[in-house]
Amino acid sequence: MPPTCISVPVRGGGTAVVAPIIERMPHVLLIEDDASVRDGMELVLRRHGYGVDTAATGEQALALLDGPGGGRVELAVLDLMLPGMDGFEVCRRIRARTTALPVIMLTARGDDHDIVTGLEAGADDYVVKPVTAPVLEARIRAALRRAEPSGQAPGASGQTPGAPADLAGLVIDRAGLTVTKHGVPVALPPTELRLLLELSASPCRVFSREQLLESVWDHSFLGDSRLVDAAVGRLRAKLEDVPAKPRYVQTVRGFGYRFGPL
Amino acid sequence: MNRTDGGRHGTTVNRTGKGGHAAAVKRRTRRLVGGLRIRLVVVFVAVALISAVTATALAYRDARTAVLQRTQNTAVNDLREQVAEVAADFDVPPDQRSLARFAAEVSEGIGARIVVARHQDLVAVSDSLADTESRITAELRAAVRAGDEARFQRVEWRGEPYLVVGMPVTYADGDRRTSGLEVFAITDLRAERDDTAALLDSVRAGIVPVVLLAAVLALLAAGTVLRPVRKLGRATRELAAGDLGSRTAVTGHDELADLARTFNETADALQASDAELREQEAKARRFVADVSHELRTPLAAMTMVATVLEEDADQLPPDAARAARTVGAETARLARLVEDLMEISRFDAKAVRLNAAETDLAETVRASLALRGWTGRVRTRLPEGVRAAVDRRRIDVIVANLVGNALRHGAPPVTVTLRTVRAADGEWVTLEVADHGPGLPPGARERVFDRFYKADESRTRGASDDSGQGSGLGTAIALENARLHGGTIDVAGGSQGGAVFTLRLPLRRTEEGME
Repeated sequence: MPPTCISVPVRGGGTAVVAPIIERMPHVLLIEDDASVRDGMELVLRRHGYGVDTAATGEQALALLDGPGGGRVELAVLDLMLPGMDGFEVCRRIRARTTALPVIMLTARGDDHDIVTGLEAGADDYVVKPVTAPVLEARIRAALRRAEPSGQAPGASGQTPGAPADLAGLVIDRAGLTVTKHGVPVALPPTELRLLLELSASPCRVFSREQLLESVWDHSFLGDSRLVDAAVGRLRAKLEDVPAKPRYVQTVRGFGYRFGPL
Repeated sequence: MNRTDGGRHGTTVNRTGKGGHAAAVKRRTRRLVGGLRIRLVVVFVAVALISAVTATALAYRDARTAVLQRTQNTAVNDLREQVAEVAADFDVPPDQRSLARFAAEVSEGIGARIVVARHQDLVAVSDSLADTESRITAELRAAVRAGDEARFQRVEWRGEPYLVVGMPVTYADGDRRTSGLEVFAITDLRAERDDTAALLDSVRAGIVPVVLLAAVLALLAAGTVLRPVRKLGRATRELAAGDLGSRTAVTGHDELADLARTFNETADALQASDAELREQEAKARRFVADVSHELRTPLAAMTMVATVLEEDADQLPPDAARAARTVGAETARLARLVEDLMEISRFDAKAVRLNAAETDLAETVRASLALRGWTGRVRTRLPEGVRAAVDRRRIDVIVANLVGNALRHGAPPVTVTLRTVRAADGEWVTLEVADHGPGLPPGARERVFDRFYKADESRTRGASDDSGQGSGLGTAIALENARLHGGTIDVAGGSQGGAVFTLRLPLRRTEEGME
């Protein structure tokens, strides 16, 4: 996958010295109760040039986001198993504050219920513990790319950006990355916005879950198709008049999803 | 009875198929013939018949004897009295006329029975039309002539019974000399015969209801005996089918109640030991799951920082560099082992869910191989368009394990072949992974899916292999994943050596179309 921001692993040039920051490096909030895991992640991310804030509890994390330094946080890595307020609740509260902050859940593999609940709470992606540094970093990069305002909108190549398309009351501005429905702005978190852009770029074309995982989530293979299902569910809740009978994002059973026909 | 037989019949068919059907029918027939119910009915009816017949026979004999005795006594006494009365005025030797009058008078006195009087060659019969000769036998006449007592004999004449009484007339005075006059009276026994026959008739009429009653009683008795037996049988079958909570009601204090009580106690003991075993097993499994879970948090930290060590290994002194690389590699291996342990624990706890969606299998297999960099090392025959509803992640686990094993333990070329097979039990997809190595040693085929089973060292090609050693749980997890899909994994020897693992999955498609 082509890197869109500089995060080259450092080789040479003395001991663990971080490469000179050419571009402003993203700032990540780690919410994890286990000190060793937290320190390990902080160490790895700092080595790769990320700015890192850490919180041991959900309450701390929310206080940090509301504090003066909260504005610089561009992504949250959230452990679901937290003392006090659990990860799901933290995720919901983050979503209530801002739609723009991508959230990656840290979860135990096989805890399917947790994964589904976490995705429903608004998480953009999840990684399974124990996770290796390259995997975590790749996921963080992909999530950040989705959230980048200047990032290339998926499927925009065939379209002329800047000409907002009106699709039965739904206006998608690909240049400004805004969505309005009947004139009312719809606030969409990055993943849902990218998904909508991808689908609406080719109305009536059926996308398989695998295709969407690859194009929207940057998961090359064996991504969890529930990521797509959960994101579609969240998107419908915000766009559709009757989420159970969707007009915009329709299911094609056995194949995947498509936008329209309207 | 029918209901029970029906249920039993069904169970047998389910368990043993067509062969069991014939056996069940045969057994049912045999049970109908040799069944307790039939035997009880037969015995009851036989007892009733024997009792009735014996009682009737005895009663009939006694009644007949009594009736005949009385009739005989009456006939003899009547005749004697009448003869004594009439003979007082009778002169010996008589002539034909006086003899006839004598017979008529005697006959009149004893109720108009036929009376025959004889004196030497003279014979007089009270009823001149009656045939008497064939009823008064020579034997009786001889006996009367020889003795001085009354004699009688029952004779059958023209199908009817008669009592013939004969007596010599003696002089009343002194030495009771016989006068030479003999009197015979013929008494009709038809009334007596009819009386005793009526007894038989009434017994005959009564024996049918008695036998029926006996049969009904037998059925009732069989019911009271068989009901607990049937209940016990049902409970036993349930127990045999795995329902350890199956019990039977204990009623009464008879032998069957004892048997039922023993059955219940046995089932209690079985259930208790089964529960204990299950609890121990669950504890052991929970322990494994807990241990794995506890290992995961430190592993998460180690896994995260191990890359730092590996990245910087080049700048470390040689020994430290080796140590760093070893820590990195072993951390990864430990992580894999813990993951596999947790996965198998989830299968044990039945906490796994199939996340199936319709999938192109050729594409899935190709992607699995590509993801691990195996594409160039494996020969594939993957026909396009084989689509089935599977859990893509779990299929990847199976493919990775089977192909990984073949590459690690077998010799090239490793071939992966996808096929669809139409069998009697539906359509199947098979994925065959074959290598050309030494194959599995004898006895390993049965154990290759056991946990932590490692086949002979000859199947391991040394630690130089890039994928390193498996956790020892890979094949067990692969098999569990196949089973979760309703499929299996078989292992066999290849025609040119090597081992052939075949994954078999039911070819199920999701409903296609629009929502």
